[in-house]
Amino acid sequence: MKEIVVLSGKGGTGKTSIVGSLAALARDKVLADCDVDAADLHLLLKPRLKQETEFWSGQVAHIDPDKCTQCGLCQDLCRFDAIKDFRVDPVSCEGCCFCSHICPAEAITMKENLSGHWFISDTKYGPLVHARLGIAQENSGKLVAQVRQQARKIAEERNIGYIISDGPPGIGCPVISSLSGTSLALLVTEPTLSGIHDLERVLSVCRHFGVPAVVCINKHDINEENSRRIEDYCLKQGVEVAARIPFDNAVTEAIVRGVPVVEYSDGRVSREIEKMWQNISERLARN
Amino acid sequence: MIISVASGKGGTGKTLVSTSLALSLKDSHKVTLLDCDVEEPNAHVFLKPTITSSEPVLIPVPKIDEEKCTRCGKCAEVCAYNAIAVLGEHVLTFPQLCHGCGACSYLCPEKAISEEPRETGVVEMGQADGLEFIHGKLTVGEAMAPPIIRRVKKQGNNEGTVIIDIPPGTSCPVVEAVKGSDFCILVTEPTPFGLNDLILAVETMRELNIPCGVVLNRAGVGDSKVEEYCLKENIPVLLTIPLDTEIARLYSKGIPLVEGMPEWKDNFRRLFDRIKGNSR
Repeated sequence: MKEIVVLSGKGGTGKTSIVGSLAALARDKVLADCDVDAADLHLLLKPRLKQETEFWSGQVAHIDPDKCTQCGLCQDLCRFDAIKDFRVDPVSCEGCCFCSHICPAEAITMKENLSGHWFISDTKYGPLVHARLGIAQENSGKLVAQVRQQARKIAEERNIGYIISDGPPGIGCPVISSLSGTSLALLVTEPTLSGIHDLERVLSVCRHFGVPAVVCINKHDINEENSRRIEDYCLKQGVEVAARIPFDNAVTEAIVRGVPVVEYSDGRVSREIEKMWQNISERLARN
Repeated sequence: MIISVASGKGGTGKTLVSTSLALSLKDSHKVTLLDCDVEEPNAHVFLKPTITSSEPVLIPVPKIDEEKCTRCGKCAEVCAYNAIAVLGEHVLTFPQLCHGCGACSYLCPEKAISEEPRETGVVEMGQADGLEFIHGKLTVGEAMAPPIIRRVKKQGNNEGTVIIDIPPGTSCPVVEAVKGSDFCILVTEPTPFGLNDLILAVETMRELNIPCGVVLNRAGVGDSKVEEYCLKENIPVLLTIPLDTEIARLYSKGIPLVEGMPEWKDNFRRLFDRIKGNSR
């Protein structure tokens, strides 16, 4: 089984539109939405929910005002400034439990935290594992790990060849959790200076975790000079540019209709994505 | 006054709005721009600041004195992040999992644990064209953005007008970056993706009790559902930026909108005036 994760560093470069199209093109796959704090893939794939599971993760301190003697030790020792006026700010609390161990009056208990939900759904393209992190919650990396574990379980049970994941932006905790141990990272970038800057950082993360990467230049014709810079950079880094997708309003129109762009238009964008999938699947078959 | 620029969905134009707002106000206000998108900071690409100082962000991680340690296991028991394990005669630490809370060293009955600093990122300070500029950079391969964000915010002294570029999403880095703000601008685009993530961002701001308003970017494609949502939820649409090839071209070259098209300065000054009328 091969696991492909689509990342970008910078947000809004087109990850979800690409994953939606790969969902329509790949024959034998489980889909996973690893962007658990701003998931959008379901808007293209129209899932029918089959299973919803609560995700409990981490803890939050709670001070019992009847037991608290207001000695202030917890406030002095908390390094996250989460306790003020003998009350816990749940947003700042990192769940380290330090305060609960040192309170001389044993007034502090830790409460388990419902940090989100994960779902298994059916789509016309195959099974989809997705999730929703609760508002302002921590532990997105652990929820991503749960999504990937469920996707692998489905792929193994049904002998499915590919897992295709829509990853989050950035390079931190949820990205590392989406990336580690995958077969290939598809890095979607755009020919803007910020796109290039962010591509370099996310490619370094792939290197750091030993995951091979290929690059897709989206909207390559909005700045040809920057696109050439990306090509040169990739050449130097020994990274293949797997696709050069032109700018086309059809991509936005497809999002508005709620369908993958390859099903909405048979223009150049769709042909380029088809070529890219052929390239990627052949590459994975060789390894 | 602290104004955050957030979005939920990535790539909607946060950095475009934060840099242009800062540059439009700098002649009449003391302005500091904090780039708290420490995973992928981009404001420096547009502002090209002169960095005058730089400080590492250090997390205190445990160091075990094997001579004093009796392998009692208390440290492993109290660590909420599984960053210490006692295996037979050995105590293993996993510094990348450590949040630096200090529980293990404080609670070790033998006083066998000291703390040593581990670098997870850097904060850089400088000036850009009359602006105070501060940003943070998470080291590649590190997972935890919030400690870097905390340091960027601590470094800004909150004098005058502070504009904060917030990372995308709605989870802990966003909360860390946005909390304490007087107002949050939510930048979105008129598509179902933009709307879905705007709703999540609005819920986050309501949870944190921060007043917010919308900047609608790339208006002209997509649909009208974002505007309908804002009307229904009584969220002001403070500024509309059209889908425009010249604006996209400036952005792609790392040129701030108000530098390439100075006529936009008035729009951003009006945006600021509307925020003053809506903030807490």
